[in-house]
Amino acid sequence: MAAVNVGSKTQYDAIVVGSGAGGGMSAYILAVSGLKVLMLEAGRAYNPVTETPMFNLPKDAPLRGGSTPDKPFGFYDATIDGGWKVPGEPYSQGSDDPSRQFKWWRSRMLGGRTNHWGRISLRMGEYDFKPYSRDGLGFDWPISYADLAPYYDKTEMLIGVYGSNEGLENTPDSPPGVLLPPPAPRAYELLAKKACEGLDIPVIPAHLSILSERLDHENIPQKLFPENKLAQKVTGQSMQSRAACFWATDCIRGCSIKANFQSTTVLIPPALATGNLDVVTDAMVREVTVDASGRAAGVIYIDKVTGLEKSAKARVVVVAASAAESSRILLNSKSSLFPDGLSNGSGLVGKYLMDTVGAGAGAQIPAFEGVPAHNEDGASAMHMYTPWWKYQEQLRGEMNFSRGYHIEMYGGRRQPVAGTFNGLEKFTEGAYGSDFKEACRRYFGTFFWFEGRGEMIPNKDCYLEIDNDRVDQWGIPVPKFHWKWGQEELNQAAHMQKTIAEIFEAMGGRVTSPIHTDGAKAIQNGGAVIHEVGSAMMGSDPNRSVLNEHCQSWEVPNLFVADGAPFVSNADKNPTLTIMALAWRTSDYIVEQLAKRNI
Amino acid sequence: MSEDKLSLSRRSALKLIAVSAVTIPAADALAGTSHNGSKVYSATDPDLLNPSVEWEMLLNQEELEVLVDLCDLIIPADTVSPSASSLGAQNYINEYVSAPYQQNQDALKLVREGIAWLQNESAKRFEQVFPALIDKQKHDICNDIKWLQAAKPKHQLGARFFAIVRDLTATAFYTTNEGMADVGYIGNRPSQTFEGPSKELLKILEIES
Repeated sequence: MAAVNVGSKTQYDAIVVGSGAGGGMSAYILAVSGLKVLMLEAGRAYNPVTETPMFNLPKDAPLRGGSTPDKPFGFYDATIDGGWKVPGEPYSQGSDDPSRQFKWWRSRMLGGRTNHWGRISLRMGEYDFKPYSRDGLGFDWPISYADLAPYYDKTEMLIGVYGSNEGLENTPDSPPGVLLPPPAPRAYELLAKKACEGLDIPVIPAHLSILSERLDHENIPQKLFPENKLAQKVTGQSMQSRAACFWATDCIRGCSIKANFQSTTVLIPPALATGNLDVVTDAMVREVTVDASGRAAGVIYIDKVTGLEKSAKARVVVVAASAAESSRILLNSKSSLFPDGLSNGSGLVGKYLMDTVGAGAGAQIPAFEGVPAHNEDGASAMHMYTPWWKYQEQLRGEMNFSRGYHIEMYGGRRQPVAGTFNGLEKFTEGAYGSDFKEACRRYFGTFFWFEGRGEMIPNKDCYLEIDNDRVDQWGIPVPKFHWKWGQEELNQAAHMQKTIAEIFEAMGGRVTSPIHTDGAKAIQNGGAVIHEVGSAMMGSDPNRSVLNEHCQSWEVPNLFVADGAPFVSNADKNPTLTIMALAWRTSDYIVEQLAKRNI
Repeated sequence: MSEDKLSLSRRSALKLIAVSAVTIPAADALAGTSHNGSKVYSATDPDLLNPSVEWEMLLNQEELEVLVDLCDLIIPADTVSPSASSLGAQNYINEYVSAPYQQNQDALKLVREGIAWLQNESAKRFEQVFPALIDKQKHDICNDIKWLQAAKPKHQLGARFFAIVRDLTATAFYTTNEGMADVGYIGNRPSQTFEGPSKELLKILEIES
């Protein structure tokens, strides 16, 4: 992850702001296509091959690796200078009511949030691109599943995704040979599957971007880039350097053998290998600049090491700084030509921000007490999950919410960490001494937590604007967030808890967490699931969208947005795979338009 | 792709991890450096491969002596594993309550008040400090505070204290190699395959007959 001389005189074809799923994919596609690319990342350089604590034990970390305000997901989490609070980078809320607030997660490091994410890689389905047409709520995307399907295929082949094809409604299959084989289900996943059969709830292999086998580095690159020798070469070498999963260590720490997807192991190294990409880290972009004709000229950024303001120029600017950060940059890019911010003629920059609906429940399942010790680390995350299964009931108007959710399953015999045995007194009437040791042996691996993850319908109450009274430590005006879940989301959250409790009971379990009938008590706050999308939506009408169907600004033809900001809806399918597929499609369009001299 | 190639590459990967998990090659000046070449770790960007605790320990010797006794009352040695204090659980409690975050500072207040309550209660009942009591006397007090839900109003502080000490002792003990082995955690080791549950386990769970 080499740094470059910031003052280099290279004339860039494209500036990519951000290095995560969207920025990484954009830089990779543009660089292998022969364009000269400058990537600007607000955080520090980061190399998972040398920095990942793979087998390191909780006992060797401060507080046994537990969560702190400095490291919210624990000491070993691959998040640097990040979390819902970042020192020196405050943001504002429009309300003091916590349920009306959006908590904004950032990760200031090369690769961004892809270093620690859950690797859940689900395709959006046909319904998910045309939700308004189906139920009259929200908006339709300007593209359909068929438009993005080839890019889903290519993205899955490039990054490596395990899973299976089940032929279920709105849960797309991948073409034969694209997915890697799913790992064997764990014992508790099989028990959940058995219990769910009686409830008519499907439990199928999950799709995660983890290499259950090595990628076929000899053949995949030719399939991805049939006529591009440079792309084949760097992609083949990159694939060859990735090992298969060895079924140990937590993916949230990142992966030094490159067995899971991180932008820093899968996208940025081959892009650098082309010689066409320069990466500048600690570069906090403040605004996109425009020339006299109203075209994007480049960006102004703060060099965080020196505190100095610097500028860079290119023929095309791709903003992929994360949805809210990208909207913040556009809104802060004010000029006489664009007094309300760049690409904001519709007034929709910052509007229709979305997260994923989250609600879960826990249980203790006696069937697992006293079973023989077994290793169920596996791929660390889920091997099985429940996709949404009530599309027909919703179509018939039998449900009090209109969109789906999936269920993620966690628990079992995971490595003991800080807090694993907390609260056991409820099961033992306060045992201590040899009784307590016996209880720990008996109850280890018998606790489970299932999470519902559902679609949020975009609404007018969820948006960000610029707080004109507050700047961060770099002098950049900060965003102010506004949030309110709709009744649809609240109803869905209550349904999640009720369903999960039913599954646990069918598994013979005792539910250990509250099951709320009031969705407002069941639902997690905005931003908690860290699926921040929307706020610069694409569309087919310049008056009702920020970007066209190619994620190209309606008003500034050489300006593109390539992260989650263009999302028009937020299906229950976790957004990262779609961000990458969309960024690839956008990048292909940029290459084509530059070649035709249209931009 | 042939099976041989797959196996070979997995072996290489295991070798690779053996190196990279333990040491950072000093020559690797690119990783984790800012573009001016310096690397300054901080609380939000700690050195993950060489962790260190960056705060002063706040408990005094008397307090630690009480905690040693409590740790071993909660997790005594048996034929399977050693006692909690022999693995340093009291030092972890000290580390936890000394940390500079709000929840830890709240825990420090509770632990200090709890230790004072325990010493006072020991003096009231048996005219001795807690560590000087015989086991039966220690149990006499602990049985009154072992479960918050059942503790009398006058024992509520003691019970809240006992609950947090039990939780922290369990974290300290069960994150050690000895503690993980005690409960039968056998993961965190690389493997060429993931086989899933055994036939025997599936029978016990009545998933297969």
